[in-house]
Amino acid sequence: MQSNTNTASPSAAAAEAQLKYTLQLADDALIIGHRLSEWCGHGPILEQDIALTNTALDHLGRARSLYQYAAELFNKLPSEAKNNFFTSIPMQQLIASGNNIGEDNLASLRDGWDYRNALLLEQPNTDWAYTIARSFFYDAFNYLSFKCLSDSPDAVIAAIAAKSLKEATYHLRWSKEWVIRLGDGTEESHMRMQKAVDDLWMYTGELLAPEKTARQNGVDGSALRQPWLDIITEVFSEANIAMPAGTWMQEGGRDGRHTEHLGYILAELQFMQRAYPGMQW
Amino acid sequence: MEKEINSKNEWPLWEVFIRSKAGLDHKHAGSLHASDAEMAIENARDVYTRRMEGVSIWVVESKNIHASDPGDSSSMYDPAADKIYRHPTFYNLPDEVKYM
Repeated sequence: MQSNTNTASPSAAAAEAQLKYTLQLADDALIIGHRLSEWCGHGPILEQDIALTNTALDHLGRARSLYQYAAELFNKLPSEAKNNFFTSIPMQQLIASGNNIGEDNLASLRDGWDYRNALLLEQPNTDWAYTIARSFFYDAFNYLSFKCLSDSPDAVIAAIAAKSLKEATYHLRWSKEWVIRLGDGTEESHMRMQKAVDDLWMYTGELLAPEKTARQNGVDGSALRQPWLDIITEVFSEANIAMPAGTWMQEGGRDGRHTEHLGYILAELQFMQRAYPGMQW
Repeated sequence: MEKEINSKNEWPLWEVFIRSKAGLDHKHAGSLHASDAEMAIENARDVYTRRMEGVSIWVVESKNIHASDPGDSSSMYDPAADKIYRHPTFYNLPDEVKYM
């Protein structure tokens, strides 16, 4: 039991940092998975409806593995660290009750400010081109970062990344081809693809922001920037899409500062568990 | 009928053939719509292999498949019915010969 918060041991601080990073990876996966699942039953054609739902489930599966691990990390924290970790009241109540937390609690009981996903992933589907652009930016990032994370000194993260790399490789292939198909397609599809890319560009900086914990897990944001740009540039040139000119990047998701869209996602995702705590079906 | 389909700008139809892990040849799995061969393979992956049905996919545009006419079946296939000597059932097969 720690009596003074200022003397938290380095290992406890490292455990908290690793937990935050795990949650960040998990929240990315849950939020993009949810966004893609919104297409279920609304895909432009049956085959793409199934394709997107498969992909959404890949992301959701990864989110579950990561939340399970995050819960495990959390439950091992000293009690003082536990009490201060989340600011969402339902989480605090659960923690105050002395119970261990589980994967479902992390998904259902945290408010937006405890979510650490990148802002890009909570942006609305809008149209097919936005959906594709959002996935393409993220898939290219995942593909590169899972390669690095596969060698993480954290064995659980490394194992999840190794499995996810196969999925991300396919996700990138799929979204890349759609960027080319739309960008190099009709006048209208080109116009929509270009607009989606331009509008979402300012959310891409956050993905590659250099972070200490990410680096300790093998992901160096600044080192990944060039390979990521190489993928984007190559695909855009084949798709006839101009590189966005904007350089200003919107950040905040990693610190729990979100766009207005996350609240609506959480309202839909969390309603049942908030209204009927612990319900199962 | 065909005209009506074309006027809706539907994507072409493709036939999908899947080889299972233990299988030796590709078997017809079904059909789907796609705008190009690349998309047809990816759609086939998502529609026909997501329950681990296969390890290899072939797609071919349905319009490129030419079929025999069912109305010709009596003249096409019935004559083979009494030619039992065309079956190699009178030979003893060595054990080394597999997949016969």
